[in-house]
Amino acid sequence: MTEATLDQALEHGLSEDEWKRILRVLNRTPNFTELGIFSVMWSEHCSYKSSRVHLRTLPTKAPWVIQGPGENAGVIDIGDGQAIVFKMESHNHPSYIEPYQGAATGVGGIMRDVFTMGARPIAMLNALRFGEPDHPKTQHLVSGVVAGIGGYGNCMGVPTVAGEVNFHRSYNGNILVNAMCVGLAHTDKIFKSAAEGAGNPVVYVGSKTGRDGIHGATMASAEFDDASEEKRPTVQVGDPFTEKLLLEACLELMATDAIIAIQDMGAAGLTSSSCEMADKGGSGIELDLDKVPCRETGMTAYEMMLSESQERMLMVLKPGREPEAERIFQKWELDFAVIGVTTDTKRLVLKHKGETVADIPVTALADEAPLYERPWEEPKHPASLGAAPAPKDVGDALIKLIGSPDLASRRWIYEQYDTTIMGNTVQRPGGDAAVIRIDGTNKGIALKCDVTPRYVEADPYVGAMQAVVETWRNITAVGATPLAITDNLNFGNPQRPEIMGQFVLAVRGIGDACRALDFPVVSGNVSLYNETNGQAILPTPTIGGVGLMADVSRHASVAFKAPSETILVIGQTKGHLGQSLYLREMHGREEGSPPPIDLKAERRNGEFVRSLIAAGHTTAVHDISDGGLLVAVAEMALAGNIGAELHLPAEATPHAFLFGEDQARYVLTVSSTMADRIVAEAAKEQVPALKVGATGGAAIVVAGSQIPLSRLQDAYEGWLPKLMDAA
Amino acid sequence: MKAAVVVFPGSNREHDVAKALERASGSAPKLIWHGDAGLDDKYDLIVLPGGFSYGDYLRCGAMAAHSPITRDIIRQASSGTPVLGICNGFQILTETGLLPGALMRNASLKFASRYVTMRVEATNTMFTSRYKAGQELSVPVAHGDGNYFADDETLDRLEDEGRVAFRYVKGQNPNGASRDIAGILNAKRNVLGLMPHPENATDPLLGSTDGKALFDSLASAIS
Repeated sequence: MTEATLDQALEHGLSEDEWKRILRVLNRTPNFTELGIFSVMWSEHCSYKSSRVHLRTLPTKAPWVIQGPGENAGVIDIGDGQAIVFKMESHNHPSYIEPYQGAATGVGGIMRDVFTMGARPIAMLNALRFGEPDHPKTQHLVSGVVAGIGGYGNCMGVPTVAGEVNFHRSYNGNILVNAMCVGLAHTDKIFKSAAEGAGNPVVYVGSKTGRDGIHGATMASAEFDDASEEKRPTVQVGDPFTEKLLLEACLELMATDAIIAIQDMGAAGLTSSSCEMADKGGSGIELDLDKVPCRETGMTAYEMMLSESQERMLMVLKPGREPEAERIFQKWELDFAVIGVTTDTKRLVLKHKGETVADIPVTALADEAPLYERPWEEPKHPASLGAAPAPKDVGDALIKLIGSPDLASRRWIYEQYDTTIMGNTVQRPGGDAAVIRIDGTNKGIALKCDVTPRYVEADPYVGAMQAVVETWRNITAVGATPLAITDNLNFGNPQRPEIMGQFVLAVRGIGDACRALDFPVVSGNVSLYNETNGQAILPTPTIGGVGLMADVSRHASVAFKAPSETILVIGQTKGHLGQSLYLREMHGREEGSPPPIDLKAERRNGEFVRSLIAAGHTTAVHDISDGGLLVAVAEMALAGNIGAELHLPAEATPHAFLFGEDQARYVLTVSSTMADRIVAEAAKEQVPALKVGATGGAAIVVAGSQIPLSRLQDAYEGWLPKLMDAA
Repeated sequence: MKAAVVVFPGSNREHDVAKALERASGSAPKLIWHGDAGLDDKYDLIVLPGGFSYGDYLRCGAMAAHSPITRDIIRQASSGTPVLGICNGFQILTETGLLPGALMRNASLKFASRYVTMRVEATNTMFTSRYKAGQELSVPVAHGDGNYFADDETLDRLEDEGRVAFRYVKGQNPNGASRDIAGILNAKRNVLGLMPHPENATDPLLGSTDGKALFDSLASAIS
């Protein structure tokens, strides 16, 4: 074996220090295959070398947490022996280069993370960020990403039920595609990846290995430049049909007790799956690469180990159980090959054509991976906003806002996703959170992902807290009790202290909010280097939350249900316009500080709203977020096709009251006879509650304006189809 | 009722339709894996569920139409056993020739997932007897290839023989189907294929129960 060189290490994205570290931990010079293995295992994507020291500070425990971060996905207990398994993961870099396949394989990858643990996926979510609407690539990227998500998820037979989409120029060169998968498992049948014990067969199942995706993890750990499109060959190609077979075959095998450990082959494929399984099991693994099912002839050891071909799994079986496992995989027409054995040497040993082509201590790849405390600096806080100008007409402002890129209807997108399959989707996209019945029970789970990147940019600590509380609020607004989150932290280059500062403070904000709300982090993913030619994205820590309700028939929805009901605002309205959509869309200003977060008020107000929903006192509930109170009311009116008349408090500044983005607020409708009683009860709980109007008519009447629902509808539904159909 | 739901590699709505059948008839249908021994004569209803059999590779339904079990389905359909094909099942039925025409890519070139309103055009069938003629139903669609196409002569014959079972109401056609056709029958009226998913409109919690009468019709015709 020829020895690798420093130049080759640099080409693999390693630093000179990291090269020296390899020489030290190996006590010799690696060969080229070994260098490839180190380069992917020590990539940012696989090793979390810049983020790990900070991620450790996040709260990860609660009585209902069965598995926190560290496995393929997080697991929480939902009672009756049932568990929810979930995680969110990014596929940003590949989706920019090849939107359909990048997004599709992102969906496939996160689904494998969930069914690897023994769960059947029951819902998918996604959080997408694109560049400016009129950027020449945006239309192509939106269309490809949405088709890719739908193409994979629809074929898998899993409903895609919620998500969010933003457009902003900072994503012109780096879009974000974050996909979340939620699965259902039995608490006593959770599968993990620790390959404990020696002498057990290591089995490869799924698709054959090809040359696609080599260096995908390395690509995802670097900035883009003008030549990035040449990286198209590093994007994998998805085959959802094979993944559907793999899902069914794995679940069929998991119903037996033949499996000791199982791990999907995601980023860095065979390398990371074998290393992680051996590392967690305290064992070693010896693989005979001649037995790896290959799609092409003449593949080298290096190519096999670094391939990111999709739809593959690695398992360690109990000895002697291979025949029954093989029968299952043959039934589903998938490859099945015993390619190695676990050992007690704690080494990863690879044989190819009779030669040992790699022999590396597993701990060197995993535990001794570099860990950086990167220097960071506190970002500059924006000057607080003075008075924001009033609009000429509140009605025109509302129409402009509701038809703006960040608020307009996402129907064009979600109508490309199968939302009804599996027959348990109680609340489809368009509400605050998706509600999914747990099959065969009365229980429901509520699912949502959220973040407001412009807030995080202005103040990473407050903005990240806001992402957590908005997720919590959306789950609360459908009547569920929020239980846990997964986070997907998308940032720029961590080697720049100002970017690292955003990351450090955002993690702190997430941690503080999660602690205050008993909303632990059970899984997550970090995506750094989202930069092109030195221009970073807005910091985007996407939060994906899961909540539980005992009686799913009691869920709340946003649509107004009947005329002459009283409209209540829960939570205090101060009229905070800093970083608001009103300011950006009406005045072209991205200024000021984000709305402050009061975690105690969030909890108090949310618990009050949840108790009203559980008692059946509300007819509609909506969280107030982007665009403020009037946008929330307009969305409720459009969903129910019933108008509203609002009366502002005498002392309020109309545009601040109507468009301010103060947190910890909800709009409710209640019967007019109940309203006073609810306001009185709120006062007892120190929860602000204000009657602001009543439902009815076919327009929204407020502050001297009368806005017909038909005009709102045209603006709301018109924007995205117009963007996408203008070819 | 003894119903068989045939599962091909890539089928994915077999449980949805099985639940709807069980709710209507009180007995759970048998899920039959395409590669198992075949389909004997003991079933009084055969269902081809929605999904992406063989990944929709080659052409939707084309490969399943040549699966060995499909020979049994064709034989039993010819001898009068009721056969219901939903979505991918409809595509398979046109590929086998049990139903005329073809399902092409949606005119929008996009997957279409939404509730549509369709009208019951034929009630003198074992699939639709519990509906009123002209009744309008709200049912979900979820497909990329539901654009029903046949030559004019075939379409005229379908109309003349009362074999258009369901039609999208004006403005609701999600895929560009000829004459707004959502579902058709064979000449003997024992084979129905349709693109929408009545099985996902059988539970009040999920919004619509307009699909329920289809399964009730079958349960009462067969029991």
